[in-house]
Amino acid sequence: MTRILGLAAIWVALAMAVGGIVLSIVGLTRKKPALVQSAFQTIYVTFALLSLAVGAMIYALVTHDFSVGYVAQVGSRSTPTFYTVISLWGALEGSILFWGWVLAMYSAVVVWSNRHRPGGLVPWSGATLQLICLFFFILLVGPANPWHLVSPTPLDGPGPNPLLQNHILMGVHPPLLYLGYVGMSVPFSFAIGALLAGEIHSADWIVLTRRWTLSAWALLSMAIIAGMWWSYEVLGWGGYWAWDPVENASFMPWLTATAFLHSVMVQERRGMLKLWNVNLIVSTFLLTILGTFLTRSGIISSVHAFTTGTIGYYFLGFIAVCLVASLILVAGNSEGLRSEGHLDAAASRETVFLFNNLFLTGFTFVVVLGTLFPLVAEAFKGVKVTVGAPFFNKMTIPICVALLFLMGVGPALPWKVATQQQLKKMFVLPSVVTAVIIVLSLVFGMRDPYAIGAFAFAGFALTSNVREYVVGAMARVRAHGEVFPVALVRLVAANRRRYGGYLAHMGIIMVAAAITASSSFRYEREATLKPGQIMPIKGDLSVRLKQLWGRDEPQREVVGADVEILNGMNVIGMLDPRMNFYKSQDQPVPTPAVRSRPSGDVYINLMAYTPDGQSATLRVIVEPFVPWIWFGGLVVALGAMISSWPTSRREPKSVPYVTTRAVPVGVPEPAFGNAGISTATPSSLPPHTS
Amino acid sequence: MNWKRAALTTALVGGPVIALLAYGMTRDPREIPSPLPGHLAPVFTGAVFAPGNDDGLRLAVGDTVRLAEHRGRVVVVNFWASWCLACRTEHQALSTVARNYAPQGVKFFGMLYNDETPNGVNWIEQMGGQAYPALSDPGARTAIDYGLYGVPETFVVDQRGFVAKKFVGPVEAGEMSKLLDSLLLTTGAPNASTNAVAPVPKSLPSADTKR
Repeated sequence: MTRILGLAAIWVALAMAVGGIVLSIVGLTRKKPALVQSAFQTIYVTFALLSLAVGAMIYALVTHDFSVGYVAQVGSRSTPTFYTVISLWGALEGSILFWGWVLAMYSAVVVWSNRHRPGGLVPWSGATLQLICLFFFILLVGPANPWHLVSPTPLDGPGPNPLLQNHILMGVHPPLLYLGYVGMSVPFSFAIGALLAGEIHSADWIVLTRRWTLSAWALLSMAIIAGMWWSYEVLGWGGYWAWDPVENASFMPWLTATAFLHSVMVQERRGMLKLWNVNLIVSTFLLTILGTFLTRSGIISSVHAFTTGTIGYYFLGFIAVCLVASLILVAGNSEGLRSEGHLDAAASRETVFLFNNLFLTGFTFVVVLGTLFPLVAEAFKGVKVTVGAPFFNKMTIPICVALLFLMGVGPALPWKVATQQQLKKMFVLPSVVTAVIIVLSLVFGMRDPYAIGAFAFAGFALTSNVREYVVGAMARVRAHGEVFPVALVRLVAANRRRYGGYLAHMGIIMVAAAITASSSFRYEREATLKPGQIMPIKGDLSVRLKQLWGRDEPQREVVGADVEILNGMNVIGMLDPRMNFYKSQDQPVPTPAVRSRPSGDVYINLMAYTPDGQSATLRVIVEPFVPWIWFGGLVVALGAMISSWPTSRREPKSVPYVTTRAVPVGVPEPAFGNAGISTATPSSLPPHTS
Repeated sequence: MNWKRAALTTALVGGPVIALLAYGMTRDPREIPSPLPGHLAPVFTGAVFAPGNDDGLRLAVGDTVRLAEHRGRVVVVNFWASWCLACRTEHQALSTVARNYAPQGVKFFGMLYNDETPNGVNWIEQMGGQAYPALSDPGARTAIDYGLYGVPETFVVDQRGFVAKKFVGPVEAGEMSKLLDSLLLTTGAPNASTNAVAPVPKSLPSADTKR
């Protein structure tokens, strides 16, 4: 019953999508608004149907209805309910179903929140989204059908992949990832919609697009960080990024979206880079589909790749359609996307954005190249190659260092042109901080130029971004007599977009610095201990094996070691690294235990043990500052949230700056961004506004 | 709408990308090409450290096995290790096939890779015995000769001493039996150049042989 209901919902949703697309096209070309309205209805109904299908699948999973193909594949009576529910996205078919649901949700929200907007943008965008939905619905009734009948009905299933039921972050990372990843379809649909509707010249669509991109970007950022955290907590190698194709798949669109979020400001303010921005939006979406294709088709070998089937051909066809359609639309309209302005000076914010985009697209190119190179090499030279971390690190670390530098320069520079006096004022303090960090790094024995560069420019960028806050708040203190914290809050509230951006910068800086520190100062030791024996780690730090234990759980057997962490002779903590033996798999799943402190982690993995409990082999890894990566991810998300929070038009009394005459900071300029920067007379403003 | 520019851009950018990805669909990234199939198997000698419990296959511990001495017979060389989990999966299948084909003179050898022989002995005991003898490979010399990528890998050497097939990962009994059947069929026609499994070696060793 559940099976039929779920499958029927998908089929009807598929029909709705086809109907909606036809209604949109007919309604728009024949100028019949009623038809367009009906097309909107189909989008809402589609969302309802997909919700029904997802609900049915969760119900089937929870009730262990093994006649449903997907449940028979990932379900098991002994799996805890939490992991049963989230196994919705634990394998190919379910993940496509979840994808379809997220996409249908976004479509409905996009259309609903903009349904009164005049012009062809929203209907065309809606139709584009429905076309993408249609593709996923075709997958769901075709190669990724989760509803196929299993007969006779098995009594029990194998349960989810052990790695996917071993950590709570399995409930966090995938949904965030889908929300962010699928969210990139919305800016794409706006771009295509604007092109089809002939509204690509309007300033309106780019504002809408920016806001949606920012939200999706924030979710994707969090998802990537959560994924790093998950792999760190689960996989037992003490690392968090390995340049695996799946990781790259999530990272490539993030890079192009980041580039867009910066370059869009140049378009909003100066009317430049229009064609470039459309290209970035389209590329971001295409990269999400490419990434999915790479990991679902099995053409690139990856530790994460799902089992393959014919689904790769569907994705290939879909990429071809999207790529060709986008290229035709963008290239065909490129003449109308010429820049209205031009660069005024080398030392200006536009220039920094230009370089930022150059580096970010260069970064994307390196990642795309490294990911696809095995394919290229085989096609042209007939050789098998794998591209690993050394290539990516060598190529991307310099780009990261350069981006950190720009992150410090950009916020400090005014639009159009900076005077020498301004430059001096803004860069003296950050430069001093940089110099101090370089000296300190050398004194403390660091020799890797990139690590020193990363720390130095992280310090530079951090000082520069913090300085923007402090100077801004101090100006309020002087002008309004507010207390500093109040001034700070009001400063941000009055100018969310700008200060949210700086906060996101700080988050990125934290992540970058923490990654540099944890990889530069990582230290590991491995030893086989008998209970009571102590393994010295570093300095006063050592660990003592207390005992080994075993435990039976319904879905697995657990072998664990109680390990005390000692500082000198004092016990400062206790960890219990384990090995989980899932009944469905003969390979044990190592489950490291981590003690996290702001100063760093102690990470212990149980490598081996003797069955009689007389000894255990432990690997202890000390990684400084790792938690700051996760925390930095939250800061990025918070910054993006502040930035994307819809700005309501306020009463004039809330205008914060009486001292600034030209354009009061914090009052949004209609239709354009409100970065709080006067385009008229930058040099006449106090430093914090330029 | 500038159709000319649209068409040109699409052809120049879209075409190559789609072509590359479509080409990728015809490849298997997990396939590890080996120049060996279709070529003479590297000869090896190895000392027996576990005798094997099938009468037709058993050898005394300490005996030396030379591949060269088995010309005219089909020989299966399985690289394994006690720390290898996938080796556990194929263990039963290999022993069964070895036992079934022992009467037809097919020889099976386990070649211990990167491991200590006592571990190997314990492992065989834990797994409930092994039909065929296990050899040690000090310094992994044979493994290097065979271009081992990991364990388990299994090489099937035909009667002429050519590598007929290389298995990467756990071997399945059915697939192995089928291969052995077809090799044994050609016994009567040693000069048959139309051997489907072991094609006549080409002059150039190349990765193309598996395409």
